[in-house]
Parts: sequence; structure tokens; C-alpha cells
Amino acid sequence: MEALVFCYTRNKAMGRPMLSGRKECRVKQLLSGNEAIARGAYEAGVRVGTAYPGTPSTEILESLSRYPEVRTLWAPNEKVALETALGASYAGARTLVAMKHVGLNVAADPFFYGAYTGIEAGLVVVSADDPGMHSSQNEQDNRRYSKFARVPMLEPSDSQEARDMTRLAFELSEQFDVPVLLRTTTRVSHSHSIVELDPAFVPPKKDLPPYPRNPQKYVMIPAHARPRHVVVEERLQRLVAYSEETPLNRIEWGDRRLGIMTSGISYTYAREVFPWASFLKLGISFPLPAQKVRTFAAGVERLIVIEELDPFLEEEVRLLGVPVHGGKDVFPLLDEFNPDVVRAGGRKLGLLSEDGPAPPPLSLELPPRPPVLCPGCPHRSVYYALRRAKMIVNSDIGCYTLAVLPPLSTTDTMGCMGGSISMAYGVELAGRPERAVATIGDSTFYHSGIPALLNIAYNGGRTIVIVLDNRTTAMTGHQGHPGTGIGTRGERLHEILVEDIGRAFGLKRVFVVDAYDTREMYRLLKESAAAEEPTLIVARRACVLLPEARARRGPAYWVDLERCNGCGLCFTVGCPAIFKTTEGRAEISPLLCAACDLCAQVCARGAIHSGND
Amino acid sequence: MEQTNFLLVGVGGQGILTAGNILANLGLRAGYDVKKSEVHGMSQRGGAVNSHVRFGRTVYSPLISQGEADYLLAFEMLEALRWVRFLHSRSVVLVNEERLPPLAVTSGGAHYPDPGEIHRELSNRADGVFFIEGPRLAQELGNPRVANVVLLGALSTFLPFSTELWEEVIEEQVPARHFALNRQAFCLGRVQIRKDDG
Repeated sequence: MEALVFCYTRNKAMGRPMLSGRKECRVKQLLSGNEAIARGAYEAGVRVGTAYPGTPSTEILESLSRYPEVRTLWAPNEKVALETALGASYAGARTLVAMKHVGLNVAADPFFYGAYTGIEAGLVVVSADDPGMHSSQNEQDNRRYSKFARVPMLEPSDSQEARDMTRLAFELSEQFDVPVLLRTTTRVSHSHSIVELDPAFVPPKKDLPPYPRNPQKYVMIPAHARPRHVVVEERLQRLVAYSEETPLNRIEWGDRRLGIMTSGISYTYAREVFPWASFLKLGISFPLPAQKVRTFAAGVERLIVIEELDPFLEEEVRLLGVPVHGGKDVFPLLDEFNPDVVRAGGRKLGLLSEDGPAPPPLSLELPPRPPVLCPGCPHRSVYYALRRAKMIVNSDIGCYTLAVLPPLSTTDTMGCMGGSISMAYGVELAGRPERAVATIGDSTFYHSGIPALLNIAYNGGRTIVIVLDNRTTAMTGHQGHPGTGIGTRGERLHEILVEDIGRAFGLKRVFVVDAYDTREMYRLLKESAAAEEPTLIVARRACVLLPEARARRGPAYWVDLERCNGCGLCFTVGCPAIFKTTEGRAEISPLLCAACDLCAQVCARGAIHSGND
Repeated sequence: MEQTNFLLVGVGGQGILTAGNILANLGLRAGYDVKKSEVHGMSQRGGAVNSHVRFGRTVYSPLISQGEADYLLAFEMLEALRWVRFLHSRSVVLVNEERLPPLAVTSGGAHYPDPGEIHRELSNRADGVFFIEGPRLAQELGNPRVANVVLLGALSTFLPFSTELWEEVIEEQVPARHFALNRQAFCLGRVQIRKDDG
């Protein structure tokens, strides 16, 4: 353990030390990248933290909310989160705002004007990208945003760097009067590695400065924005100078025959695969330290660039006129990296010997195991009704997107947060004979579905909107939102119901149904299809994984094998708790069944019974 | 112990992330550099889940390379086969005797491999293949959820760490009210391995 005093603390009690009375005590903890970012922000004296949950960024705010000194809140969406953060930062409070990569699209507007205004107290914007799309609709490379908005970007490679760079990002933000982009990827955010920290560290308290009455800086009318653009470009030159000097951009000389320029998680893979090579490791990957790049390139025989997703660094290097002897031609632009991908690129370049004979392939085909809606998921019964109703289904982002997969196979479109309602309205405007239904989760509705519903209420029509209200932000791990009235620490806040919003918009056809009641849902869909005005249906039932739902769960259902004739109707609901016996009949796992009743409602022979029967 | 790679695989909800946390913190306590990687979010909903845990002097990549998993802990039998490309000839494979057929088997026509087929495919690739009666033992303890710690108990017989250290880490990583049960599960797992079986 080197020379460290090793006083171990629990991960769960991050920052709540069990100290041995020593003045300073550095300990090693295993933290995820996201936990480490929260720790770094806390140590930097952050006062406000805000976010909208989104994989792989969610745990940043969750971890930050464990520090009672920090005011943390879930915002309804990323734009609101970033605007709140800018407001807090202008007002003198260090602020952190976190989002997934596509969240920064939503927050792009304030991101760009924030780059013009600059800040009063440090503002760090975390973008957690998702190469490989583990839980996303695209794999855009948000490093582009730093160049686009001309804000500096830090890219940690592991949790220690995530903590250190977050602390530094607040300093840089204030030194250069600019929001700082901290960019992670899934494998940085969700990998755990060792962080050395002093659990007893308490950031010094600072008084708020006077509010800046500085309209030339903070009111972006064109007359003010034009001179601010000059400031932005001048600032960029000062940032380049910093990027040249900082040890975050460091040359690690090894064998000079190969020089690897890399950043973020790619550094760890490249180090693993080419332990002998020379490295230019970029902690600040925008703006690029041009001189350092030239020095490095001149010091090695062959320069290659290893980076996930876009050729962001490679393009910059080529613009400098520095030749690259291996980049996106061998290290793919698609999908996330791992050591094997980097190794394959190295082989293509002739840097590694060819692999030995491949191990024999499996002699049998494995059934796939995609994610599925949980047993007892309240979305299943809604989509079962939708499938029967044979309508066009424009869907949205959430667990319920899984209804696109067999056997439910009941989703026609899905693209971005809040898009479903406008999409269904567009289908209606196109004049198609079929009826279109928007399905949108509760958290997604508050995120950006509300203006879309307003659009329908204002312009009129007959579009049907189903809000799948499972009383939480389920897919990211059960965060609160305005419909739950629950805050980041589980505290009670104001609860705003979907149906009240619909009625406030003047909608006449507003219904609240139990999401488990698939027959009532089907009846309502049929009735709404004939209506001449818009319909808002709130399909309400708590997510089956929430403690309140678990506590209410009834005994498992069972199949009367005398009555079951193996027709297979219950298999078509796609419940993981229902299995096929060797005779082809249905069997329900008592371990998995959540007693939602859907299979019993669907069974034509009355063979499925509640455990109470 | 040289650089050592553990790959934990199974189905969302089987306690794989908890097992990974226990293992990673064990490595930390034993003085190694440690990295652990897994994916949260959509894939957890009943889908195939994995956790990479690596110990060493210095660990760079949080992900294990193909052919470099020293230990494959499969919490579900079919899932063991999905990851065979990570095995090498001296790998130890611990397979929990849990069978969770995916929907493609239940409602489609896909075939779930027989235990014999699974054993054969694994034994063709790795020296030490052990089936662990996790579900039965956990059921006997009255909580099917502790099968994950049964598997860790079995794993512990291959590693140079004291039972005390394991138990300390388990105590940290599970809720206090479940510690006694998890300790029992761990002990039952330890006696599952008779090395001459392998």
C-alpha cells in the first residue's frame, strides 16, 4: 500500500469517515467514475448540483446528493438543469450539472450562450457519452461540443482522474471565466477503480459575492454578444497556452518507434495493449496543445491516434499538418472499444504479431437474451391492449421501448425524449386513415412531452396520448420527478399530476386507468378512436420494482393443468415468469411471478388463477 | 498472485453486481490495484449481465481481453456458454446450476442446451469446470438470492485470501440484517469444491 496510511472506510459511507484521530488520513476507496466526479465536486466546494437522470450519468447526482452541504435537485430536463446551473453560477455558487450525451443536445442552447457569458463561480458540465449504445439511441461523440462552443474539455481515464479533474475543472472554470465540459464515457462512469482521498476533508466555506450587475456580460442582446464573441476567441488562445503547459497533457516516453496519442478510456486500452510504446496522454483534449503534439510527433518514428468514436483528435492533428500513421483507418469509428478492438487495430498496422489459432466455435447456437419487461411490469398490459387495437404506436424513451421486441412487437417509432406526442400528431396531420397513439413514460412526459401535448390542445385534433405513469423514472434506477413529488434525497416535494396538466390545457377527454386492467385499456382505446377530440389516458400503476409495489404484491399465480390446453395465448404477453412445460402447457414461476393478473385476463380457458384462489 | 481476471456473468437480478463489489473490495483490501466494470441501465432488465473484475500490480484496462479470464463465474448455465471466448486452457469455470430460459425459448422455438452439452463445451476449453448447487443451497438457507455468495464461497477455495478477510468484506457489502445468512452461504459454497472433480 505504498506509504499510505490505510484506514479503510466503507464505500457506502463515502466521505463519512471512521477516523482514527489522525489529522490527515488518506485512504484508498473503490469508486465508480460517477462517484468520483461527485467526490471531486464536493471537495471543490460545489453548492448546487442538478441533472436529469440518463445512463451512464445518473449516479453523479445521486452520489452528490449524499453530501448534505450540497443543494441537489432533479430537473425535469437537461435544458432546465443547465439554465438553473448557469443561474446559480452567475449568482456566485460553484455548480455541477450532469447529463448523458444526448441530454446535451437538449441543453445545447444554454450551453452555447453560457460559453459567451462566462460565469462568476465555477460551472462544470458533465457529459457522459455512451459508445456502443448500451442504453441510448445513438453514439454521438460529444467531444464535438467543446470545439463547437469553444469551451475547454477534460477527459478522465479512470476514477482517480475523474475526481482530480473535477476539482481542477472548477478552478479552470473560474480562471478562464468559462463553463468547463467534463466528458466521460460509459466505461469511465461505470467502472470502479481506486481513488486516494482524505475522507475527513471538508471544503472551506465561502461567502457569496455581490450579485454581478453586469449586463454587458450577462445580457446577450446582439450589441453585447458581438464583443463577447471576441472574448470567446481570445479566451480560446489563452486556453491553448494552458493546454500546452498543463501536466494533464503529458508525454510518457517509452519505445520511440511507436508514439500513441490518446485520451479518456482509450488510454487504458492502449496502455494495456502497447505497454512499451511512447504516449501522448491528453487530459485536456480541447483545445489541443499543438506544440506538444508536434514535439511528440517529432520524437517518435510513427504516430498513431487511438480514440473511440469520431476522429476528433486525428482531424486536429492532421490540420496541424502532422502525419498520422494509423487512426480511423484501423481503429473503428463504430461501437465502443476494448483491448481486443485496439489489438486488432494494432495487428492491421503490423505492430503486433498475428494471433494464434482461434479457439473452436461453439457447436450449438445460443438463444439470445435481450432485456425484457420485468414480470409484473405495468407497461405490458397497456401494450397488450395496443397490439389488439392495431393502432400506429409512436413511442418514447424508457423501459417501455422494450415493447418493440417480440412477442409484444407493438412500437412503430421512437427517437428521442418527448418525441412521441408530436410524432403521433404528425401522423394525424398527414391524414392517414389509421389512428396513431403516443405512448410516453411519466418522467419523459415531464421532460419534454408537455409542450407537445400543449401543441395538440392548442391546434386541435383527435390524437390519443397514453402516459405510462409508473410513478418513477424507472429505467435509470428510480429517480423522482415532478409527478412523484420526490426529491434527490427521497424528500417530499410538490407533486404535479399528469391529468391535472391535461385538464389545465383544456382537454375534455382525460382518463386515469389502472395500467394492469388491459380490458379497460382496450375498451378506452376503441372508444377514443371514435372520438372527435384529443384523448389523454393516464395508465397508472407503480413500477413493480418500487418498494411500495413489492409490499402490495399478491401471492404468485398458478396454472390449472387440467384446463390448460397449451394454446400459447399467455406466452404472447412476453412475461419472463411464464414457462412452457415439456408438454407445451404453461407454467408460472412462483419466484418470478409478480401477480399482475395479465395472464389470467388473457387466458381463454380460465386456467390461470391467483394464488388467493 | 499475478494479474488475475474474473468474469462474472448471468442474468439481471441475480446479484452479480453485488458479487462483483465483494470481489473488487477484497482485492483492494488485499493490496492490489483493482478495476471493475459493468453496465447499468436498459440491459439490466432481465438481459444478459456481466461484471469484469481485475486484480494486479497496475491494472490499466477495466475490461478483460478475450482468452484472458482466469475465472469465469456463471450465475446461470446458458450464460456460461455466451462468454467462452474469454476462457483460456487453465481457466477455472464455476457454473451455478440455475436454469433461466430466455423468452426465445419460452415463447419461441429456441433450444436451451442440456447440462451435458454445457459441461462438454466448457470442458473442451478449460481445465477446471465445476458445477455449483447454488440454487439448492440457497433454497435450503431460505433465500434464493444468496446463490451469488455461494458461488463466491466456491471461488474462495482457489484464491490465497483468508476466510476472515472474505467475511469482513461481505459484511461491508451486504445489508447488516443479511450478513449471517450470507456468511452461511459463503461457507456452503466453500465445501462445494472438491478439487479432484475438476
